[in-house]
Amino acid sequence: MNLVIEILISLCLVTAGVFGLVGSYGLIKLKDTMQRLHAPTKATTVGVGGVLVASMLYFFLIKGSLSFHELMITLFLFLTAPVSAHFIAKTFIQAEVTEKDLPDPEHEFGWAVFDDAPSYPDEDDHEPKP
Amino acid sequence: MIKRLLPHPLFSLTLVVVWLMLVNKVTLGNVLLGSILGIIVPALTAPYWPGQPRVRSPLRVIEYMLVVLWDIVVANFHVAAIILFKRNKDIHSRWVTVPLDITSPEAITVLAGTITMTPGTVSSMLSADGRSILVHCLDCDDPNAVRDEIKNRYERRLEEIF
Repeated sequence: MNLVIEILISLCLVTAGVFGLVGSYGLIKLKDTMQRLHAPTKATTVGVGGVLVASMLYFFLIKGSLSFHELMITLFLFLTAPVSAHFIAKTFIQAEVTEKDLPDPEHEFGWAVFDDAPSYPDEDDHEPKP
Repeated sequence: MIKRLLPHPLFSLTLVVVWLMLVNKVTLGNVLLGSILGIIVPALTAPYWPGQPRVRSPLRVIEYMLVVLWDIVVANFHVAAIILFKRNKDIHSRWVTVPLDITSPEAITVLAGTITMTPGTVSSMLSADGRSILVHCLDCDDPNAVRDEIKNRYERRLEEIF
């Protein structure tokens, strides 16, 4: 039984390692900032997730204690990764991309980096003013 | 009174639970410390979060989380395959506009996060009035298909939740 568990844990760790490697390789291989943004925000979530699952399995099945830290790490990772990706993307657009390169927003206001928010307060709560 | 003390009751509860999970044991002292955090943090951040989000059906939240979790796993394989097996000149990246029907800031935040975590897409910017979201697609030939998938798979579910 112990052997099965250990194989399962090792499998998680190896999968995680492979995905971490692919994510890092993506950073080198892809051409521009926006493409590179895809590699770490995705290929590494399974990378980190795999290590966390392995850690949970280890503590639960072998050490016999339930640990919530891994769930917390997952939660924080899923909260912070999209926010930082959005942040990097927005900075990149402001520095390198002109409004003409982007598709039309299909509403009367332009993209947030190039256009001011409407002045009524209810609609722009989620978007900081420049 | 209770509204001033606890502007976001659910947020306070989450903070207490997260605190207990962080210290990993439930003692009276930890519950007390967690409760203090659960009161102070929402009170301090209340000016930045004036509205009160309503979650209509908690069961839908669980369904949504499972769908997203599954999609994240799929996304990883998808992106890994693109990185490993496609030559750079075959990767067609493009911008896609997704017009939004949801208006609640919380729902849009969740949607933007979901888009970033799922197959080949990163949410990059909102329009100034928050009615459209700009999505960068790693490898896509049909922007309409991407837009429709986001709208049908995630936005429709979020509409039912918020």
